[in-house]
Amino acid sequence: MSAVGVLFRRELALAWGGGGGPLLACGFFACLTTVVPLAAGGDPAVLKPVAAGIAWLALALSSLLSLERLFERDLEDGALDLLATGPVPLEVVFAVKALSQWLATGLPLALTAPIAALALGQSIELAPLTAVSALVGGLGFAFTGALGAALALGARRGGLLIAVVVLPLFIPPVVFGSGALDRAAAGISPMSALALLAAYVLFAVVIAPPAGAAAIRSAQG
Amino acid sequence: MDIENGSQEGCSVIAGLTISGLTLTRGERTLFRGLDLGLTAGDAIALTGANGAGKTSLLRAIAGFLRPESGTVAFSDADANAIEASEARAHEVHMLGHLDGLKGGRVAREELMFQSQWLGRSHDGIDDAIEILRLKPLLDLEVRKLSAGQRRRLALARLIGSPRALWLLDEPLSPLDSGWREVVGAMMARHLAAGGLIVAAVHDPLPIPTRGFDLGARS
Repeated sequence: MSAVGVLFRRELALAWGGGGGPLLACGFFACLTTVVPLAAGGDPAVLKPVAAGIAWLALALSSLLSLERLFERDLEDGALDLLATGPVPLEVVFAVKALSQWLATGLPLALTAPIAALALGQSIELAPLTAVSALVGGLGFAFTGALGAALALGARRGGLLIAVVVLPLFIPPVVFGSGALDRAAAGISPMSALALLAAYVLFAVVIAPPAGAAAIRSAQG
Repeated sequence: MDIENGSQEGCSVIAGLTISGLTLTRGERTLFRGLDLGLTAGDAIALTGANGAGKTSLLRAIAGFLRPESGTVAFSDADANAIEASEARAHEVHMLGHLDGLKGGRVAREELMFQSQWLGRSHDGIDDAIEILRLKPLLDLEVRKLSAGQRRRLALARLIGSPRALWLLDEPLSPLDSGWREVVGAMMARHLAAGGLIVAAVHDPLPIPTRGFDLGARS
């Protein structure tokens, strides 16, 4: 097996297991979307129009949960040094970690999102679109989130710092993602909003690895 | 262990390390100025010096983690041709610090396999490592259940599991008892005999003949 394959398998195992994996993200997501009707009142007429927005906000917040341990643990236990002396560049290591983050939290969240949106009163025809847009957006969350995690490396209370750095960067996918669902609910084609979401994700996938690798190198020095 | 055969494609084996005019600073503090050091195949250097003299920093600078203020670290192959530093570090350098990169929640076997495969395993290097460091009884345990010495043995296994010419070791013997120190000494002797290079930061002398290099007191 190639070095990248070996790394990917390990990162996926670390992201899935060891506390704070997919169950935590999905549980947090379910809690958030349950609290909203309790706080805003259970009137379907109130909830239905904002269901998509709430679902996307909850997605963004749930994606933050496990970011802190993405690089911080590897810095603390020396694994980052090991990864930096490996046969592939740090940019690839970064991308592999972001991808496993996506598979371990973005994918389960994308499967949970339609159920939560349904519970908030969204019509069932929108469930596939909700899942697909959440899956695509989740890839963007994973890469920008990993960049925030790399930038916060070595900082005290890094978890909070990550949230403050990353949440503003999560605004575009939240806008485009919930916009796509709103347009579909209004009977307009959601493709333009989905295209913008995909453009954001591509941008994140291209920009984050070199920037994140630079941040990791400076944290190691 | 034959380094020539075990080495990976795409990078020639390191047979020389030349440090010239190296100045390292940490924050405001200059650790050392204009340091020169040269190693060829089969050489082992024992770095000594007070705490804070810059032993670990020198190792990290060789590994490419620290950018020197000035000076160069150059690698060369057996024909004295230069090897590009990034290539050398990606394929030919082992860095083993007091942080070993092992994950507490994972099983020892998974970690050993990962570390060796990630760094480029040799055909039967992992079996050799398990045998020499007698890791068999530890392999099914979680890493966090290992004692400090057992954990260090597991970390040292990657030196054999993945053949790389230059070993950068930071206090490799510290948690080990005298019996294991001899085993690690034998590992090092084999590595040197096969044409390897070792730079180790130590407080206690290594159980093999080395060239000493003293960084002196804390600057």
